[in-house]
Amino acid sequence: MMMIPLNITKTIHDWLYSVMPENAASITEMLLIAIAYLALFAVAGLYLVLLERKVAAWFQLRLGPNRVGPFGLFQTMADALKLLSKELTSTDKTDKFLYNLAPFFVITTSLIALSVFPFSKQFQAFDINIGVFFLIAVSSIGVIGILIGGWSSNNKYAMIGAMRSGVQTISYELSVGLSIITMVLLTGTLQLSEIIEIQRTGGWLIWQGHIPAIIAFMIFMIAGTAETNRAPFDLVEAESELGAGFHTEYSGMKFAYFFLAEFINMFIIASIAVVLFFGGWLSPFGITEGITWFPEVLWFLIKVLIIIFLMMWFRWTFPRLRIDQLLTLEWKYLLPINLVNLVVMAIIIWLNLTF
Amino acid sequence: MDLMKDYKMNNSELQNLIGSWFPNPEADKISKIVTTSETEEGSEEDAKVQEPINPSLLEFTEEASEFLNITVQPEQLHSLMSQLKSNEKTCFDYLYCLTGMDWGVELGVIYHLESIDLLHNIVVKVKTANRENPTLDSVYDIWRTAEFHEMEVFDFFGIKFNNHPNLKRLFLTPDWDGYPLRKDYVDEANMIIK
Amino acid sequence: MRPISYRDCERNITLEPGTQNMKPETINNNFKTEEYFVNMGPQHPAAHGVLRLILTIDGEIIKNVEPDLGYIHRSIEKMCERDSYQQIVHLTDRMDYLSSHINNEAVCLTVEKALEIEVSERVKVIRTIISELTRIASHCLWWGVMGMDVGALTTYFYGFRDREMINDIFEETCGARLTMNYNIPGGLMFDIHPNFVKRTKDFITHFKTKLPEYDRLLTGNVIFQKRTKGVGVLTKEDAISFGTSGPVARGSGFANDVRKRHHYSAYDRVDFKEALFTEGDSFARYQVRIMEMWEAMKIIEQLIDTIPEGDIKTPTNAVIKLPKGEYYQRVETARGELGVYINSTGTKNPYRLKFRSPGFSNLSVLDHITKGAKIGDLVATMASFDFVIPDIDR
Repeated sequence: MMMIPLNITKTIHDWLYSVMPENAASITEMLLIAIAYLALFAVAGLYLVLLERKVAAWFQLRLGPNRVGPFGLFQTMADALKLLSKELTSTDKTDKFLYNLAPFFVITTSLIALSVFPFSKQFQAFDINIGVFFLIAVSSIGVIGILIGGWSSNNKYAMIGAMRSGVQTISYELSVGLSIITMVLLTGTLQLSEIIEIQRTGGWLIWQGHIPAIIAFMIFMIAGTAETNRAPFDLVEAESELGAGFHTEYSGMKFAYFFLAEFINMFIIASIAVVLFFGGWLSPFGITEGITWFPEVLWFLIKVLIIIFLMMWFRWTFPRLRIDQLLTLEWKYLLPINLVNLVVMAIIIWLNLTF
Repeated sequence: MDLMKDYKMNNSELQNLIGSWFPNPEADKISKIVTTSETEEGSEEDAKVQEPINPSLLEFTEEASEFLNITVQPEQLHSLMSQLKSNEKTCFDYLYCLTGMDWGVELGVIYHLESIDLLHNIVVKVKTANRENPTLDSVYDIWRTAEFHEMEVFDFFGIKFNNHPNLKRLFLTPDWDGYPLRKDYVDEANMIIK
Repeated sequence: MRPISYRDCERNITLEPGTQNMKPETINNNFKTEEYFVNMGPQHPAAHGVLRLILTIDGEIIKNVEPDLGYIHRSIEKMCERDSYQQIVHLTDRMDYLSSHINNEAVCLTVEKALEIEVSERVKVIRTIISELTRIASHCLWWGVMGMDVGALTTYFYGFRDREMINDIFEETCGARLTMNYNIPGGLMFDIHPNFVKRTKDFITHFKTKLPEYDRLLTGNVIFQKRTKGVGVLTKEDAISFGTSGPVARGSGFANDVRKRHHYSAYDRVDFKEALFTEGDSFARYQVRIMEMWEAMKIIEQLIDTIPEGDIKTPTNAVIKLPKGEYYQRVETARGELGVYINSTGTKNPYRLKFRSPGFSNLSVLDHITKGAKIGDLVATMASFDFVIPDIDR
């Protein structure tokens, strides 16, 4: 973040510690950060929805939302308000507890994953030394939310959607993990801030690792798109087959949670890609290296948006795969390639062939 | 195709061929009577009376239709149809229209047949006078398309088809009363008669 | 869970209250699996209308497909028995609404055949041109929806963009965009609009650049080909036996284009190829329709410059009475062979009028070719069949 906000956070920090005992102050500070993150990313998620609609419109010879606010900027805000004010309906035979739990499962895991990202040098909530591991662990919990949501709805379409989701996420989790591990081999650390520091001197990792890194990136993008259940891997909510898939029976804000989580997940996948392959908040060729007032978070966001655009491009161009083709792609192609790639990366590092 | 066109039969050839499959035993008998009576005197009158006897059990007509029409008795329907399909000279392999029909007294079905390669068309009609419980043989095993079309006929005319795999009401609800396309169907609520 | 219906009784399935899945069956493995029913439709995004399919599925595998029809049945055949022949023409718009002009033409041709009216060359040519435009419009919509059914939403908008242009041409000429009512027994309602020729030519030039775009967006896509090649294979023998027609039949190598086999209107004087593929899978049916769009443009190009002068309608009696007899006329709609059978007793109404609709016969194949396929395959196959439900239900 910029210097001025940084000073603000420091002021708040000092003030909290001056008026409260140490434990209370630290808990209050954590709460404040959590609320700030929640607010920030709820809004960010809404604008990602807007972006998707605009991009889709652009691909589809349409204009997209352009009535609410200038260029339709408040459209998704209005949508969120509408969803907030809607009645939460459910069918009689749902498993009430699980049914209500599922959306929170999904949205919470997405938001937890956000905490470890270094958006800029100072803008990181939770810099742990097992950051990458934490990300992999947390991001795979979300599928449980989808599974219990589909199961508890007592709807056959939702059930099929949830089962598809389970199969898909468990399979593609492997590829996501392995392609991340390929890059971790190169960095030798799991801490996200350190991974970025390494790239400050040696160039972005996709450059350092050259061929295996590019392969890893491609696999990561495919598997990451599948992880977020987006087209062409959106079998979970294939509307021409299953109506709306696992969230068929959800309405109002519970539905909105699923919807928002999808977009935040997309943001997470893009962020991982940016951190692991494209130098995080580092500027390309260090062009803003010396400028102290330049908000480095901007570089991070630009890179993330480019990758998100790529994923949207996939979505609005490709048809959907069938369930057996989806699994064939993972188990027969991506996984073996990934394993070989891991060995290749190890050999390259051993022979010092990295840039 | 040009080669095939040589095998295309015109209506009279079709009539002779198909008619010969179902010879009329009566006709045979009568012609015998005629031949025996010829030896006797005054046979001309007898012959005149018996002249329009049909040599076949099938009735052929080309009147008021562009195709050759065959009217067949329900008992011979299935064997006629399977011969029409399997005989290499007729080879009617495409059942393109199956129409249920209510002639006022009789109920029946009209089959429009075509041969894909030989390019000739024929119309087969079958009638049954039993309005309470009309039953015909299904031609489902000859042309698979008949399965759905016969269901439609059952739905609207109430004609039952023997050996049909899944005869049920296709369009209407199973508890629908009556058969709407019959001429004597009355539904004061839904029908506007002019 | 759907309510217990008469169908379950027919299947001899005992339903126990509280069990969601019915008909337990042990497959040859150690897991106990259960088949269960899923209602696809009558309101379903892939059903394109109110088609209800009762699927018996085992996991993702389809065991049985049972169509349940009648949700939009209006009994047009019964209504025809009380209507005059001019009125019947208007009813046919509501059958296959995507090829309404061709439906109108079918009835008009039957009536003209019965009355032995010879319409002028001008009428024949205009009818043919508009029929082919209708075919392109219908295939454009189908192409968009086909892409959408296999998950590529963008195709929908591309298909509709080009279809709009055709609808605009229709609107200018006859005032309606979809249910056109342009044909009457004995000719056409009124003459074509002065702009018709120019706009049609403009459209052809435009569409010639856009059709390759269709190929780039969808046809060549690997995922699309994987989804459709070898899916829903219909052999030629089955295609004939099931009485299929149109692109479904021609995708299986069954050459039954009515425009070629039984010439009507101006099809005898134009040169066009019958789109024929032998693979019999969904992709072959897809290719047939793409090729038909090219051929339709070819037909229009041959006719559009030389629309002969002539009368727009041959006068008929105000009350048309067909001579006693039976009349059958077949035309090729965008979905296949539409047959009109009229049995007349010499009055002003038909005694019996039967529409042999292409969709109804094509639908009967669905169960046969999707057994053992995945749910996704069923959707892709249905999309390649291009059902219009009012055409099936009539």
